[in-house]
Amino acid sequence: MRVLAALSGGVDSAVAAARAVDAGHDVVGVHMALSRNRDQFRTGSRGCCSIEDAGDARRAADVLGIPYYVWDLSERFEDTVVADFLAEYAAGRTPNPCVRCNEHIKFEALLDKAVALGFDAVCTGHYARVVTRPGPDGSAPVRELHRAADLAKDQSYVLAVMGPDRLARSMFPLGDAASKAQVRAEAAARGLSVSAKPDSYDICFVADGDTQGFLRERLGSLPGDVVDVDGRVVGAHDGAYAYTVGQRKGLSIGRPAPDGRPRYVLEVRPVSNTVVVGPADALAVGAVLGGDAVWLADDVVGAEPAGRAGGADWFACQAQVRAHGDPVPARARRTPHGGVRVEVHGDLRGVAPGQSLVLYAGTRVLGQATVEGTERA
Amino acid sequence: MTAYLDHAATTPMLPGAIDVLTAELGRTGNASSLHSAGRSARRTVEEAREQLAAALGARPGEVVLTAGGTEADNLAVKGLFWSRAGQDSARRRILVSAVEHHAVLDPASWLARHAGAETVLLPVDGTGRLDLDALAAELEAAGPRTALVSVMWANNEVGTLQPLREVVALAHRYGVPVHSDAVQAVGQVPVDFAASGLDALTVSGHKVGGPLGIGALLARRGLDLTPVLHGGGQERGVRSGTLDTPASRAFAVAVDTAVRARPQTAARVTDLRDDLVRRVREAVPGAVLRGPDPVPATGRDAARHGDPPARLPGNAHFTFPGCEGDSLLFGLDSAGVQCSTGSACQAGVPQPSHVLLAMGVEEHDARGALRFSLGHTSTAADVDALLDVLPGVVERARAAGLASAGPAGRAGPTGHGAGAGAGAGRGGAR
Repeated sequence: MRVLAALSGGVDSAVAAARAVDAGHDVVGVHMALSRNRDQFRTGSRGCCSIEDAGDARRAADVLGIPYYVWDLSERFEDTVVADFLAEYAAGRTPNPCVRCNEHIKFEALLDKAVALGFDAVCTGHYARVVTRPGPDGSAPVRELHRAADLAKDQSYVLAVMGPDRLARSMFPLGDAASKAQVRAEAAARGLSVSAKPDSYDICFVADGDTQGFLRERLGSLPGDVVDVDGRVVGAHDGAYAYTVGQRKGLSIGRPAPDGRPRYVLEVRPVSNTVVVGPADALAVGAVLGGDAVWLADDVVGAEPAGRAGGADWFACQAQVRAHGDPVPARARRTPHGGVRVEVHGDLRGVAPGQSLVLYAGTRVLGQATVEGTERA
Repeated sequence: MTAYLDHAATTPMLPGAIDVLTAELGRTGNASSLHSAGRSARRTVEEAREQLAAALGARPGEVVLTAGGTEADNLAVKGLFWSRAGQDSARRRILVSAVEHHAVLDPASWLARHAGAETVLLPVDGTGRLDLDALAAELEAAGPRTALVSVMWANNEVGTLQPLREVVALAHRYGVPVHSDAVQAVGQVPVDFAASGLDALTVSGHKVGGPLGIGALLARRGLDLTPVLHGGGQERGVRSGTLDTPASRAFAVAVDTAVRARPQTAARVTDLRDDLVRRVREAVPGAVLRGPDPVPATGRDAARHGDPPARLPGNAHFTFPGCEGDSLLFGLDSAGVQCSTGSACQAGVPQPSHVLLAMGVEEHDARGALRFSLGHTSTAADVDALLDVLPGVVERARAAGLASAGPAGRAGPTGHGAGAGAGAGRGGAR
């Protein structure tokens, strides 16, 4: 196959590309330029981190003996991932930009461009497994997305947004790696200089890691009230977008709660520009409502129900609402217009609209939706 | 087979230059040493200096050897600014064309940010030619406060030759020195430093078939330049650093050879380039030639027939609507055809060319740019190889442009728009 290996400049994507080469594919390395920061006259700037990353990606391609190119997807990135990030926070929701990047950039803009230029698949350094099983009664093979062998590194949560067509053109060679340490050792053995490069954790376009500062700079100051569940004003804020459901720290509340217990953000109301706070037990979630669902397991979840009535049959699953959150036992059923209703059987707290909801059956990803609302336990 | 169509980036070394370079690499001697090995090295450097001067219409004493074109440009812009502003603190203005190479633009903007300079970018017309009226107006408004003018001899992206005779005449009326980056011009068009009236001129080794890492600034006798590199005081104290004897000699041989062969080489390369332009237009009807038209198709330009076009002989530059330069470059490179997107590349990050933007090209059109540059080793087979694959590459790049432009872009007539407005919504794209 002709494979485009997305090279971020990190160790994972370099080893993934190396494994694709070993598997006999015709591999070309591409680094995506995503920053719109265009310093017209570069004098004085020592180059941003992305330029260093591009250099590391180039050296990885050299070591692997594959061609290397930089593709500028910065405009698309700004128009989708960054714009969505800001719009979601401005709307009182809590977005996951990595999910949006996988959805709109890596497995849409990059993949579509690659296919148009003659590639068969895009290979990334994500930790997840694609398992191909024979279709029922001799039909086309079914591709399943599963958690990585190393559950500590598993990234199936941020990949679940992909539909089956895009999954069919994706390769994750690190899915069965035993651990990140093993991948680093493999990189070192292959002579890849990025083998000891530190992991990146922050949101890539918030360079200093100060998300609140980034939001304040881009969205401006918007003072409003912090209220309790009865609507009494208990404090003030400088922009409701800076708060997320379940947050405890950073609340500037003058008066202590009557019962003296700590208070948490229960809700962000963008229209009235208020932040609602209350006790921890008010955060417990009994049901999650999702929209814009993408399904990867029609054999389990069934068809979308027609009309307005109720929903399809229930299926057992585990629900996960954060990249590194624990999955919670649940049952779910599809609802009309691309929705899903999930009733959780375990302890799930602080779920915010905008978060990505991923449903699993064991290691298998069943589907993904965006949290639209919750019901209290 | 592969076709190398990127001679403006760097051109193969001339055999004569390779011969003298490799021969000199085996010899020892610091040209500043006083013993016989040093004197021998010094003699080699000075003979090279004389050869360079003779080929370029300069005096040997006007040749300041540097480590390349970028250093020579920095020395000209910073050295002239510091020297002029030092003599008369009112002279702080720097006038440069908007289409200069970054080696001129960036020192000029750096001086504006760090040394109190006032840098003015002079506009160009749609072919990339300097707007002389704008220069005249700037000089009339503040000639006595102007430290220098820098206008390139020929543009590296679109090949446009600049009206230097007029620039020099205007600037000298106000006593303002003029520098020109002639890195792309030497060996391509006649370059005579004395006849040009210029005060300083940049030339580079590897663009004319010499080695990488050497160049020169021709600086008119008596021109006061403040050094950028301080140290051992070589090159009349203007440029310190041990002289590179082997590279100097190879550089001089390359310049001499290229300048002597220029009439024949330029005529041959012009024919190849004109053929390339005609055939690209035929094969890709949407392609837009940027810069002065060497083969005008319409009668409107026929009146100019007989005049040489104000363009480098080996340069052809096109934009391909609906295509991204990176897709075009990928497709051609995969097929063994090597050219450039013609844009400023920092660590390979493509950005729309400031040259095309200054010429009034829209940003989305500027993204689909390719520069084909021919040189002394180019053959008809190179042009054939390009034309064999170009239509298919453009077709795929157009498809890729539509694909990566996003849902909003797909609706547009040319695939531009790049998903504007598609972002904030979470609609049908999923």
